[in-house]
Amino acid sequence: MTMPLPAPRGPASAALLDLLTTAPADADVTGLDRAVGDALVATEDVLRDEDLQLTLLCLYELHYGGLTGVDDAWEWSPALLGVRARIEAVHEAALRDRVPVPEVPDDAGAGDVAETLFALAAEDTGPGLSTFVARRATLEQVRELLAHRSLYHLKEADPHTWAIPRLQGRPKAALVEVQSDEYGGGDPERMHSALFARTMRALGLDDRPGAYLDHVPALTLASLNSMSLFGLHRRLRGAVAGHLAAFEMTSSVPNRLYGNGFRRLGFDEDATLYFDEHVEADAVHEQIAGRDLAGALAAQEPEVRDDVLFGAAACLALDTWVAQAQVGAWSAGRSSLLHPLPDLVPAALALPDGRAVPDGTAVPAGAPVRVGAPVPA
Amino acid sequence: MSGGPARVVACPDGPLLVRGDVEVVDPDGRPVERHRRTVALCRCGATGIPPWCDGSHKVVGYRTPRPETPPAP
Ligand code: FES
Repeated sequence: MTMPLPAPRGPASAALLDLLTTAPADADVTGLDRAVGDALVATEDVLRDEDLQLTLLCLYELHYGGLTGVDDAWEWSPALLGVRARIEAVHEAALRDRVPVPEVPDDAGAGDVAETLFALAAEDTGPGLSTFVARRATLEQVRELLAHRSLYHLKEADPHTWAIPRLQGRPKAALVEVQSDEYGGGDPERMHSALFARTMRALGLDDRPGAYLDHVPALTLASLNSMSLFGLHRRLRGAVAGHLAAFEMTSSVPNRLYGNGFRRLGFDEDATLYFDEHVEADAVHEQIAGRDLAGALAAQEPEVRDDVLFGAAACLALDTWVAQAQVGAWSAGRSSLLHPLPDLVPAALALPDGRAVPDGTAVPAGAPVRVGAPVPA
Repeated sequence: MSGGPARVVACPDGPLLVRGDVEVVDPDGRPVERHRRTVALCRCGATGIPPWCDGSHKVVGYRTPRPETPPAP
């Protein structure tokens, strides 16, 4: 399903969105190229730049499900790829500049690299997003959490899948093994993206791709854009392997806490299956991704070993930055989004005995809440 | 799987990773429902979803003895 065109966030994204509604054959990209160049010169922090991150996200989306009303031929427009490369270069440089990467000895084997990755992930305690969700988050805040995550989790696993044809042997088999499980092992309803959509619906959220894109700030976009960057460049196959390993290594325990938070708010299995599934699945995946994918790739292709570590460290850093922004906003009583989410449609909220929550009435804290039908489009 | 024998990987400081055709049963012999082809059996005792690993070995700092033989290439 294609993603609706988002609202522009500045001159670069405005120029791109204008261009994408024209036919590739007779388009003139000079305006876009100039707008992007100016934005790259002016930006203080590309990873937090709303205009540039949205532009990059839309350029990448051409390679995934696509954008509504946009000609598929734009995907391989040399001019657009050139624009993308300019943003990517600055984005990647910012990550390499800011993310500290651990070192391993030159003769490190697969097991040594895996242990380094496990140690790196263990050090990363983050700002306690999952603990916050388990103990304190309100219904509104967990809906915000899902809105942030929807950008990646509705295409969960896709960015790393790009790496499959770039690998050989043990790392390739490992990646396919993990991805097959991510994609439901043959059962579309167990696809992790489908389980995430189910959680969104259980909370009265719209599960169509990009439904909340206009709400989601640059840093969250940067986190998905980094995965697309790593996944789409063969040069960065080490980084995509390391990214997946770190992602899996920081998943089981937080997902248990997220599930607890949703249960505390009164949600049942319909909403929590996604988290419960990840507790079990990612305890398997972290072993495979750490040892057989990232560790084995670093041993097999020593020239990408540093990128394996970089990809893992970048994953952890981006997660931490995004989580800091969310916990910081919520602790200060603010929304973590650019604009707060639309209120739940009152008819979609029902108390456990089936009575609708009266219009405008806040659900008392701690009361069990069942959120039924999805919000009508 | 390839049709060869089932394989168990003893992951350092972590679970037993099981690939292949193995029936996991509870103490009364009733099959434990298996949700995926490759599973991780807890061996640290700290999991909240026995018999499967849930990553708790990292929280409790579970350590397995280091092998004395050099690791396989
Ligand atoms: S071995 Fe992982 S929780 Fe026990």
